[in-house]
Amino acid sequence: MIPAAFDYARAESAEEAISLIGQHGDESKFLAGGHSLLPLMKLRLAQPTVLIDIGRLTDLSYIREDGDVIAIGAMTRHMDVENSDLLAQHVPLLAHAASHVGDPQVRHRGTIGGSICHSDSASDLPATTLALGATYVAQGPNGTREIAAGDFYQGFLTTALAADELLTEIRVPKMNGAGWSFQKFNRRAQDWAIVGVAAWRRNGDSGIGLVNMGSVPILASGVSEALSSGASIEDAAAQAPEGCDPTADLNASIEYREHLARVLTRRALEEASSS
Amino acid sequence: MTIIDDLVTDNEAASEGSIAAGNGVLGKRLLRKEDPALLTGEAVFTNDMKVPGALHLAVLRSPYAHAKIVSVDVSGALAMDGVLHAYSGADLADQWAAPMPCAWPVTDDMKNPAHFPLAATKATYVGDGVACVLATSDAIARDALEAIDVEYEPLPAVIDLEQALADDVVIHDEIGTNVSYTWPLVIEENEGDCQKAMNESAHVVKERYVQQRLIPMAMEPRAVVAIPQPYGGDMTLYSATQVPHILKVMTALTLGIPEQQMRVVCPAVGGGFGSKLNVYAEELLCVQLARTLKVPVRWNEERGENAQATIHGRAQIQDIELAADENGKITGLRVRLIGDMGAYLQLVTPGVPLLGAFLYGGVYEIPKAFDFSCTSVFTTMTPTDAYRGAGRPEATYAIEHAMDALARKMDIDPLELRRRNFIPKESFPYEAYTGLVYDSGDHDKAATVAEGMVDYAVLRERQRSQNVEGATKRLGIGVSTYFEMCGLAPSRVLASLNYSAGGWESATVRVLPTSKIQVVTGTAPHGQGHETAWSMIAADKFGVDPADVDVLHSDTAIAPLGLDTYGSRSLPVGGVAIGMACDKVIDKARKIAAHQMEANEDDLEFSGGVFSVAGSPDKEMPLAAIAFEAFTAHDLPDDVEPNLEVQVTYDPPNFSWPFGTHICVVEVDTETGHTDVLQYVAVDDCGNKVNPLIVDGQVHGGVIQGLAQALYEEAVYDSDGNLQTSGLAEYLVPAASDVPPITTGESITPSPTNPLGVKGVGEAGTIGAAPCVMNAIVDALSGLGVRDIQMPASPVKVWTAIHEAQAAPNSQENQ
Repeated sequence: MIPAAFDYARAESAEEAISLIGQHGDESKFLAGGHSLLPLMKLRLAQPTVLIDIGRLTDLSYIREDGDVIAIGAMTRHMDVENSDLLAQHVPLLAHAASHVGDPQVRHRGTIGGSICHSDSASDLPATTLALGATYVAQGPNGTREIAAGDFYQGFLTTALAADELLTEIRVPKMNGAGWSFQKFNRRAQDWAIVGVAAWRRNGDSGIGLVNMGSVPILASGVSEALSSGASIEDAAAQAPEGCDPTADLNASIEYREHLARVLTRRALEEASSS
Repeated sequence: MTIIDDLVTDNEAASEGSIAAGNGVLGKRLLRKEDPALLTGEAVFTNDMKVPGALHLAVLRSPYAHAKIVSVDVSGALAMDGVLHAYSGADLADQWAAPMPCAWPVTDDMKNPAHFPLAATKATYVGDGVACVLATSDAIARDALEAIDVEYEPLPAVIDLEQALADDVVIHDEIGTNVSYTWPLVIEENEGDCQKAMNESAHVVKERYVQQRLIPMAMEPRAVVAIPQPYGGDMTLYSATQVPHILKVMTALTLGIPEQQMRVVCPAVGGGFGSKLNVYAEELLCVQLARTLKVPVRWNEERGENAQATIHGRAQIQDIELAADENGKITGLRVRLIGDMGAYLQLVTPGVPLLGAFLYGGVYEIPKAFDFSCTSVFTTMTPTDAYRGAGRPEATYAIEHAMDALARKMDIDPLELRRRNFIPKESFPYEAYTGLVYDSGDHDKAATVAEGMVDYAVLRERQRSQNVEGATKRLGIGVSTYFEMCGLAPSRVLASLNYSAGGWESATVRVLPTSKIQVVTGTAPHGQGHETAWSMIAADKFGVDPADVDVLHSDTAIAPLGLDTYGSRSLPVGGVAIGMACDKVIDKARKIAAHQMEANEDDLEFSGGVFSVAGSPDKEMPLAAIAFEAFTAHDLPDDVEPNLEVQVTYDPPNFSWPFGTHICVVEVDTETGHTDVLQYVAVDDCGNKVNPLIVDGQVHGGVIQGLAQALYEEAVYDSDGNLQTSGLAEYLVPAASDVPPITTGESITPSPTNPLGVKGVGEAGTIGAAPCVMNAIVDALSGLGVRDIQMPASPVKVWTAIHEAQAAPNSQENQ
């Protein structure tokens, strides 16, 4: 478990990080909490030539109220998301989902920004922020731009971020009392979800994010549309696998994943409707 | 949610299950002496050792399950900075005095292909070493592996055991077949009794169980450091092994090193579960390269390497037929095994099914209508060998799962069926159908305790009301009972099984001039807490504080005699030897005390560390004073040598026979196939307990490992022979958060075989747990028509089984 050789540079500010990645180009990577990147490097599945450490950018670790949204700094650790009073009050679904990421060691090191940039469809937070209609703030050499979560995930481990852009903030709309549920189905508590569902529901509106049901996190908009046109939870949930493209692995066949998506979506909507 | 209850971490906690003797320390839940160093990181593991000038070994492993090695070019590696040497298997072919050892030729005609540390002509599993590099750092050595060019000619993989039997693809050309051996054990009064029972009995169940391959996954992977002395040829091998003594002999023989020049030391060892009960290629490579290059050589195993290059366990197909009369009383038992040896025979690979062969009868009265046979085959997968329980968990699973199948067939309660077949308490010592004598047992008691702990009748009632038509959360109750053959082993019995070594254990007990005590043991702890337990045995005998006893072990220069740690043998063999050595030291001290106090030996009493003369309260002499007299030797009796030191070698007259009952409660989510273990109760009767805290720890860990086989773990190979579970993300070792509440119950039936009355407990939990959990899952689902599920009962497998049962037209009849 020894990574291939790499060079290391530490950024003291977001601007410096962006400048460093500009200098080192395609083969360089930002290092945040290291809980996605370093395992890949140890297995030599990733072999970046330069790591740009953004671990000291503590000014990107915050959770604050900004009108109708809660703004979360990209370097905020999962444990801080999990334990935030502000999130518990305004976006409880996200705080709860963060408590399901990996194990306590992972949650103390891993960051919300790192998880979203890694954009693993089997991770909990990409699908959850997608369901919540979040917006991601990216900073590049020419300033910042906002990317809607729905436009962010472009393919397997691929995002809309440019090579020289750094994710700096995640902006999540307040849930305003919506009912919610997070259903994570796995074999061991520390594992990625075999299938997961993050859902909220308020009056006629809903948002359902599916974990590990394709190469990208998926917004089950068909389910939401069925609900808003009056379908029963059972009937709406039956549509969960539509538009998904799950794969088979040691833990699940495609058929089983699709079945789980239906069952877990139904359970999530039942729970979200009762709270 | 994790709740392991019952953990008392207070050294002042009241004793329980105390062995009547000395100062009362036996039976107390003392915290382990070993733990502060382990928990603070002070303990030195093999790979923590600082060895100036050592070269780092890295091994290039075959990516093919089965391939001819056409050519190996190491020049690319040699050209790299920091790389000093690189060798192919062919380069080193003349370095070995003998092939790697297999110590258990179970039959005279067993086929055992020659196995060398690096393959020279053919790779026979993914992970088989084909070349190696020595470099100035581990990182350089591993980078250099990528610069070695090997040309392979791939051959078909052999993954399926029945396909291996068919010999369509023969893995080892020189033996001409994939079959290593067939070992029968037929015990009948008259020939054909077993078949007769199958033909004539009221009830017969016929089942096939697959014991999936498991990867032991000790927390510390293997590590080796070989250090040659500058002059004279002496060699010290540091290794993360559980068998330093066996390793010393075998290294000497395999490399042609005079045995007196070999020393093996185990620094702190982080778990083994049998996976470090072996002689491995990397140990031999390090020693031989260190010897020829006259420089220290070290190797550290990566996790993924550990999954491929360290032995696997279980891996059997079991066909079992169990016959019973109209009352459910067993009338005959037939077992056919196919054992998966993997690509080669390692140290005791072929013997593993034999260790189980004697336990297929479980805790029951079995007539002499028993017909067992095991055929073991080579496959193109990692070699298998002893893994926690070694043959005995497999056997117990088969009989206990078949008993449940019989109970379902007869529509009687599984616990009731077991009770009808228990060997009654009055029958002990009991000569079993196999000829082995079970020294003690009280199965009804263990079952009754477990039954009471879960409130069994109420549970069954709850199950009836919960598992109604349409219920999506179905309750299952699992029962398992077991007898375990521990305390390996009486040497003469091992001889009858063709094992190449004995089963004795050695202890030296020495009272130092300052009256502190050293216990030297031949056991090799790697997490079990021997330092604590052995010091308690000596402290009790001498009436001193366990802190005044030091336990020396795991260095063949300090503890030259021993047969190491495996098979729940350390306490019932090694611990007993310590007790006997203490008694002999006290006998010697008594002679000196009698001489000093001018009293008759027979009038001396020894209590609380003091000799006193019966009837003369003013006359007494503490052990400390005697120790000093023995040391100065100024005034000893004529026939007494100086010093207080005795060495004892104890060869047990019988195995020890722990037994128990486990009961668990599961809830199966029929919509997802997920199994939730709600409650787990383990009553393990291991005889007297030296330290119940350590016993509980062993049971908890064992239960979790058995539960892991039932629910989580499986070494999965694809059809090309690639191991798909070589990391901890894919190979699902349960973590603390996945452990159900476990409660241990009390039953103590002292062993009459040894003076401590102990039996050993290292494997018990594992043996009881897998059948217990699987019985519970099938119990939950049998009402839906599910007949059985093979381990591990992963959610997708459970869901599929429910689906198939529901789709079957006759599903109702299966209830």
